[in-house]
Amino acid sequence: MIPRYQVILFSVLVLASVAMGVVLWQLQERAHKRMLAGEDSAPTKAPEVASAEQATLLVANDEDNSLLSQVQSLPLPSDPGARARAVLGRLLDLYASPNSTHPVPGGASSVLQVFLLPAPDVAAGPAIAASSSAPVNASSPATTPAPDDPNSPQLAVVNLTGNFAASHPAGLEAETLTVLSICGTLHANLPRVTEVRFLVDGEPRASLAGHADLTRTYFASDTAPADLTHP
Amino acid sequence: MHWSSGTGCRIRIAFVLLAASGFPGLLRAQAPQPPPSRFVVAIDAAHGGEDEGAHLSGNHLEKSATLAFSVRLRSLLSARGIQVVTTRESDQPVSINQRAEIANRANAQACISLHAAETGSGVHLFVSSLAPAAPVHFAAWKTAQAAAVTRSLALAGVLNSALVHAGIDVTLGRTALPGIDSMTCPAVAVELAPARGSDKKITAEPDDADYQARVATALAAALLQWRTEARQP
Repeated sequence: MIPRYQVILFSVLVLASVAMGVVLWQLQERAHKRMLAGEDSAPTKAPEVASAEQATLLVANDEDNSLLSQVQSLPLPSDPGARARAVLGRLLDLYASPNSTHPVPGGASSVLQVFLLPAPDVAAGPAIAASSSAPVNASSPATTPAPDDPNSPQLAVVNLTGNFAASHPAGLEAETLTVLSICGTLHANLPRVTEVRFLVDGEPRASLAGHADLTRTYFASDTAPADLTHP
Repeated sequence: MHWSSGTGCRIRIAFVLLAASGFPGLLRAQAPQPPPSRFVVAIDAAHGGEDEGAHLSGNHLEKSATLAFSVRLRSLLSARGIQVVTTRESDQPVSINQRAEIANRANAQACISLHAAETGSGVHLFVSSLAPAAPVHFAAWKTAQAAAVTRSLALAGVLNSALVHAGIDVTLGRTALPGIDSMTCPAVAVELAPARGSDKKITAEPDDADYQARVATALAAALLQWRTEARQP
């Protein structure tokens, strides 16, 4: 049996809680109205449309396994990440268009994001060593250059959609060309980007469509024309 | 120092026993070795099992085309007296690491990874994009091919010459393919694309038996040439 005084005390506390909730809600509403009243919501500045600039695209050609440089004019935002995404979007739009030299469905919406990060020091980084072109000493720690250095190399992380990977034509040549053309296009327009990694729907993925390795770091130098006589 | 006749006899017996127990093998290991007489080619038919690979025309699958091509090439090489090791002989799943393990365990002098695709034309030859590195005693698994890249490029050159000589279109490239990146042998990925005429129309699909036989014959001739070059001191 609960004593009478405890029942009364509990009821009083519940009523006080409800009352305090109502008061808080009213205060919040009042503050919100005050904020809206003080804010001038009339549009005073027209939205900016980025000016058209020249962008260099490295366009893949399945016929001769080559990357051809193509200059196009397109609006480019000032933010480097958005700029990289816009350039790659145009590249993938070209691939999705009819009569493409490297047909890949998907288009610009296949690039979800492009993140630009300071590139780890290749000479010392074990993270790169596992996937880079040259095996390096895995015992030395990775170092990153100062992020505010305007000339420091950058690592671009390209996040593609799962649909793009799923619908990409499977094949060594086709997948390699797609990866290399993305890397080459990024480096051509953002010269600080020297390394590129890939994600699909935000997750690491073993290969693009069963062949080209997406777990490794690609270097801008990988996009040089294939030369089988000089390693 | 003078040895007694009994001591000299014991030393002679000890030499005989050492000779019988393989000591000469140790001595030979220190002397300059001639090129190995055992020449092994590892053939890797890509994909298999649930991993179907590319979808070719007519609902054909890459895994079936590569297996048929592997059997064809193996037969041609065996007929020419070349020992062949294959990564799969049926439609079974083989992981990428297992493929490299099989090739590395065989100590092959040439590793050929077979692929098929619907894009491009002719035969695409790909060598690992790893930068060449000096051989080390314990190589990193993911970059084991780095020590063999220079020889892989040479092997690709020999394959290219034979295919061009056979009138087959060839494109050359470098790629990052986990299977061959872990192989320690000279390794080349051979991707069979449709044969096209001068008007770019397809004249033979990658799973066409005659087309495969033509390419396999050229590859077998190239590997014979590679064996000859490997045996030259």
